[in-house]
Amino acid sequence: MSVDVKETVKRIYEEVKAKSLEDGDMLINALHAIQDHFNNFIPPEAAEELSELMNLPPSKIYEVLTFYTMFSTKPRGKYVIRVCQSTPCHVTGGREVIEALKETLGIDFGETTEDGLFTLEYSSCLGLCGVAPVMMINDMAYGNLTPERVKAIIEELKGGEKR
Amino acid sequence: MKATVVLVSVDSNSVLKGAREYKNLFSQLIGEYNLSEMVDVLETGSFGVYMDGVLVEVLPDGVFYLVKSTEDVKKIVEEHLLKGRRVSSLEVLPEKVRSTVVETEELVKETRIVLRNAGTIDPTNIREYIANDGYAALAKVLKEMKPAEVIEEIKKSGLRGRGGAGFPTGLKWEFTYKTNADQKYILCNADEGEPGTFKDRLIMEGDPHSVIEGMAIAAYAVGATKGYIYIRGEYYESIRNIQKAIDDAYEYGLLGDNILGTDFSFHLSIRLGAGAYICGEETALMESIEGKAGRPRLKPPYPPVSGLFGKPTVINNVETFANVAPIILNGAEWFKKYGTENSAGTKVFTLVGNVVKRGLVEVPMGTTVRELIYTFGGGVANGRKLKMVQTGGTAGTFIGPDKLDTPLDYDSFKNYGVSIGSGVILVVDDSHCAVDIGLNVFKFFEHESCGKCTPCREGTRVIIQTFEKLSKGTATKQDIEYLWQLAELMEKGSLCGLGQSVPVPLRSLLDNFKDEIYAHIDGKCPTGICKMETKKKKKVYTRY
Repeated sequence: MSVDVKETVKRIYEEVKAKSLEDGDMLINALHAIQDHFNNFIPPEAAEELSELMNLPPSKIYEVLTFYTMFSTKPRGKYVIRVCQSTPCHVTGGREVIEALKETLGIDFGETTEDGLFTLEYSSCLGLCGVAPVMMINDMAYGNLTPERVKAIIEELKGGEKR
Repeated sequence: MKATVVLVSVDSNSVLKGAREYKNLFSQLIGEYNLSEMVDVLETGSFGVYMDGVLVEVLPDGVFYLVKSTEDVKKIVEEHLLKGRRVSSLEVLPEKVRSTVVETEELVKETRIVLRNAGTIDPTNIREYIANDGYAALAKVLKEMKPAEVIEEIKKSGLRGRGGAGFPTGLKWEFTYKTNADQKYILCNADEGEPGTFKDRLIMEGDPHSVIEGMAIAAYAVGATKGYIYIRGEYYESIRNIQKAIDDAYEYGLLGDNILGTDFSFHLSIRLGAGAYICGEETALMESIEGKAGRPRLKPPYPPVSGLFGKPTVINNVETFANVAPIILNGAEWFKKYGTENSAGTKVFTLVGNVVKRGLVEVPMGTTVRELIYTFGGGVANGRKLKMVQTGGTAGTFIGPDKLDTPLDYDSFKNYGVSIGSGVILVVDDSHCAVDIGLNVFKFFEHESCGKCTPCREGTRVIIQTFEKLSKGTATKQDIEYLWQLAELMEKGSLCGLGQSVPVPLRSLLDNFKDEIYAHIDGKCPTGICKMETKKKKKVYTRY
């Protein structure tokens, strides 16, 4: 496993580095690419390998990882749900949508469902206020949400998994 | 190009209403009816104001349709494209899309400078941008103008930063130009995180080359050879379109070494944000590109002297850069014809919240809040009454219906206490409670405060505690007085714009919605949204 991780991280880093303009301007982009590869989180071995490749202390990478909300050092669900809590969504029914999400999934913010499918996260404005309230599930956005639509979307994703 | 073109608005908001499915169905049906030789279906950026469907335009007829179902698509193909008969039931008048509405005696017009190409060209095709005067401004400065002349033109135009602070763009460039250094940088701040703002997203999705061209001109003017566009990690579509645009510009020799056969070289690369609002602060953004946690730096030194990697740096907002090429092509005097004395040009506003037509509109500076909400936004949704408007974003001002006639420009905060900020107009109807809205706003700041300085980190926390007390009916008048003191402390003592601007929504809320806030002290929530604790406590209190 760890040999695989090493090689994978090295390959990803080389790819990302091709777009580098200065030394040290790649860390965040590299972490994004690594996280995309390892199912929505950054395993400790991957972070360690990156710290060696970039010649940075692991503590510095850990600081960056924990500062930005899009990164996670813990395993997350297959589907990371980011629901907008900002005012434009709040005033157009966002509160009810969030309640419906918590109820349907049976989890609170920052938690993952027992089947490992869904992680629910808070998000600030996603810039889709024209169709508020909105949420993103991984890189897919969903707009004009209602409690009923939220339930239907979650059920559909669950159904797709069973097949 | 084929004889007939169907333009489908496929921006991120329209996609969520099925734009891509409709576009595919158009292509499929056109194939089935053997019309492929004559009709092209193209994706384009945002047409502007959103209605409850997807807008498509049939060219050269110039007919707009509002598509709400696959049936509508079929109708348009079978009637309009096949038989040449307009489908009047689905038609939307062009005035309603490119809004030109008469109000009182004045004509309020949508004026598109920044959004000149959004909704008319295919944003992923560099040739369409070039065909619409694209990169002509870059060619003009490289062949005909000295760097100092470019800066002078931008200074004369009166262009000011569209990210919210309104700093004169030409001056920023001049400071950087005058600083000697072996390396300078151009940064584009596309970390659009101000709640309610999505203008930069739609500019990048609808006309990515306009941003790149503006950056290249800035690079030539100040003597920079490298640049970054820092885009929010959540903006997948913007990242895709900008990356495609950068790749194409390199291929066409409009980026890279010896651009258009001159000595000028400029290299451009995308860096991603990762979910931190604070990285929209310019020095925090630089820290982030340098691979650090995005905590703001102490200023001075300012970026034109010491910015990214300690080198002189110009950092401007997406919308600011998109203004540059038209100014160079048409001249500063042309630009100054739009807008007000101290705020030249146009502003892209986003209409959000409880408004009938949500979306974005570009109008001259000085347009009033009322015009934006009623002329372009169609008024308050669901037949309710207007309660409040938050202008300028979450860090902007809360105003009541009495201030709707304020013209919005960079002086409106100073003169009327109404901020323009990043151009958000958030409409809130009378079913909402001022305390509940306040709680939502300040929770945002508490979450996004980076924690580096105490006034911001602790101040946001205290504000929330007070608003929670208000929402339970347990706050006192002293608590409110303390909030006023705290506002001053945060404004003066915070390190960066985040903490410094929290007092803006706080003060305007306390001031303009005083009655409602004081009702909560008396244990009443006029809208019934806050769940008041029982009045027992009060009774015990009065007995003493």
